[in-house]
Amino acid sequence: MRKNLDVIAAYSIMLGLIILVGFLQSWSMALSILCLCLISAVMTIGANIQWGYAGLINFGIMGYTALGGLAAVLVSAPPVEEAWKAGGLDMLLCAFIVFSMILVIRLILKKFSKSKNRNYIIAAVIIAGLILLRLISAPAIESIEAVNPATTGFLGGMGLPILFSWIVGAFFAGGLAYVIGKIALGLRADYLAIATLLISEIVIAVIKHEDWLSRGVKNVIGLKRPVPYEIDLQGKEWFINLVQKFNQGSLNLISNSLEKQQALKQLVIESSTVFVKLCFAGLFTAVVIVLLIVTQKALYSPWGRMMRAIRDNEEAANAMGKNVVKQHLLIFVLGSAIVGIAGAMMVTYDGLFTPGSYRPMRYTFLIWVMVIVGGSGNNFGAILGGFAVWFLWIEAAPIALFLINLFTSGLEETNALKVHLINSIPYFRFLMMGVGLLLIMRYRPKGILPEKIKRV
Amino acid sequence: MDFLNAIILLLNYLFVPALAYGSQLALGAIFVSLIYGILRFAYFTAGDLMSFGTMFTILFTWYFQSLGISLGFLPTALIAIPFGIIVTIFYVLLKDKLVFSYYRMKKSPPVMLAMVSIGTMFVTQAIVRIVIGPFDRRFFDGEKFIIKANEFKEMTGLNEGLAIKSTQVITLFVTIIVVSILFWFLNKTKTGKSMRAYSDNEDLALLSGIDPKKVVMITWVIAAILATVGGALYGLDKSFKPFTYFNNMLPIFAAAIVGGIGNPFGAFLGGYVIAFSEILLTYAYKKFFVYLLPESLEPDGLLQLLSTDYKFAVSFSILVIVLLFRPSGIFKGKVL
Repeated sequence: MRKNLDVIAAYSIMLGLIILVGFLQSWSMALSILCLCLISAVMTIGANIQWGYAGLINFGIMGYTALGGLAAVLVSAPPVEEAWKAGGLDMLLCAFIVFSMILVIRLILKKFSKSKNRNYIIAAVIIAGLILLRLISAPAIESIEAVNPATTGFLGGMGLPILFSWIVGAFFAGGLAYVIGKIALGLRADYLAIATLLISEIVIAVIKHEDWLSRGVKNVIGLKRPVPYEIDLQGKEWFINLVQKFNQGSLNLISNSLEKQQALKQLVIESSTVFVKLCFAGLFTAVVIVLLIVTQKALYSPWGRMMRAIRDNEEAANAMGKNVVKQHLLIFVLGSAIVGIAGAMMVTYDGLFTPGSYRPMRYTFLIWVMVIVGGSGNNFGAILGGFAVWFLWIEAAPIALFLINLFTSGLEETNALKVHLINSIPYFRFLMMGVGLLLIMRYRPKGILPEKIKRV
Repeated sequence: MDFLNAIILLLNYLFVPALAYGSQLALGAIFVSLIYGILRFAYFTAGDLMSFGTMFTILFTWYFQSLGISLGFLPTALIAIPFGIIVTIFYVLLKDKLVFSYYRMKKSPPVMLAMVSIGTMFVTQAIVRIVIGPFDRRFFDGEKFIIKANEFKEMTGLNEGLAIKSTQVITLFVTIIVVSILFWFLNKTKTGKSMRAYSDNEDLALLSGIDPKKVVMITWVIAAILATVGGALYGLDKSFKPFTYFNNMLPIFAAAIVGGIGNPFGAFLGGYVIAFSEILLTYAYKKFFVYLLPESLEPDGLLQLLSTDYKFAVSFSILVIVLLFRPSGIFKGKVL
């Protein structure tokens, strides 16, 4: 128990801070922070098993998050039958062509020995395939996007419950990671970083501009939730009774029955948002706990020890007969799949998919700050980092406002400098993140909760 | 005649813009490549350093404009650039002293330094946004065009006009001057040679009495100069927006790697490779073929290989292909 004291202390402080927000600002706000903290925690678990366990840099987190989000759309959005009729078959044909192109190229790579001619043949196959794809897909895309463009204009999804998308998102992201890993894992660390960063930008470009698939920048809204809607809750007998029970004390103080009714109505509306967010928080907590148990088990299993050995000394591990390349690819896929789950969770929580909002600062670099600040290699640390950094990211504005008022208290309200500073409050969060990251890397390079290695 | 029209069309929409854009990328790529070669880490602050330098250039431009100083038909920013450079040099040297030198002393792995540069990226971005705000700013003044499309049409009697913006010519001109001075410095002077020696083999360079502090300092100074010049030129040609500058980091990295990282000359050419391929692949060639082909063969579609939405994706795909087949870059840099 003693040695886990720092973990318990750190998490209690974090929870205390969130509860403080609940008292000072509002419970709805505190719960939204908690929900996004939990989603960030899933992302950091994913990034941590790549960086902390295996020492792989993956700056493509944004791409996997977006793919997870795309999975949520493709699973849960209702199918647009008209669009399927207009061009669905052609698109399926295109998918088949891509698939067969890959098969043909693999076959060529296998059958022929390395030569210039082989390269030419492969190039010819790719070019012919691309032309064919273009010929088939161009009219199909046009007709799909022409179907009711204001509300649909895309193929739609499968209309399944959105919870399935968490698994599908993991598969999407894992699949992409497999391809990227095959291409880029041989590179040196900082090149892997740049390559993954650029590839994730390509993924975003595709999602943004292939309207037939994801509606692009027109966004998909109104995805079905796995938890009840506020409006439905407000009409439910049991929910009103529950609210009444919770607020018995304050309601009893009001003597006028009409006013009492009004107060109760107000309370029901407020509590319905809190209740919905509580449901989300419960779902997300379950995911975080399951992932934590699994990753923790993996970390202390023989496999985890092998990964650490590979991380700390690749050549020695190789000499011991461990297949470094294969293990790297495996952990790259696993970590990315977890990030994909987080991406699907995020879209589930928001109920909408906005490809335009995926930016590397928010979805790649911020996650990295979380992992490094929290403590790479330690799952509890990474999760704590997700919580602490997200909390600071949201609460940076009030903190900055307070600090600016403190330091410029001598100046008048209309002072140009003061007004300018107060107008630029949203950007102080970048400053805080940067300074925080630099301080942690300088004075506590292993993070708030450093990695602990159990000696057997 | 049609043939000439077709050529002018390509010049106007492809060649001139790509040349200007390529020069701006090249300046960025050279300093990323230099930092990689000498300080040995991937410098993620690249785009934001450019926006930092540009921001101060803009502030000085405004100051000069308020004083009534101008260069006539040339943009006022040209006199502001040296002042912007000085501030940026102070900033990078301060940053090196406070942040990077510690890790250099400790001989931290390059990954660590790259992470640290992400920290400085956040800080630089915050400074830029707090000082000047995240909005689009134009700070160009003076004569906008050297040749206007209409004038060109009248002059030559062709159907197609050739418009050359003065910023494009300035970009090219400044790039040629800066890059030639830089390569002269790197190849001919003693300090430049010691820098290349340090980049090739650190231990050997130290043994032969090269002062690492001086080498590092000069690298940062060059980086600051190139970043400010490149950033200011980009801002003059298009417009200044911090977020665009951050995004420009990506094609700059692509250019540096495609050209062979650690090899400044490669990076210089890499900038043009990226710029030309971005524009060549996303240009709609319909009009071009309308001029060249007889009427019966005229194309129906736009004849665009990729939609312009994929502009960035093109450069990154080139990067991936280069990494796959020639990991040391087209012009042989360090092997990754």
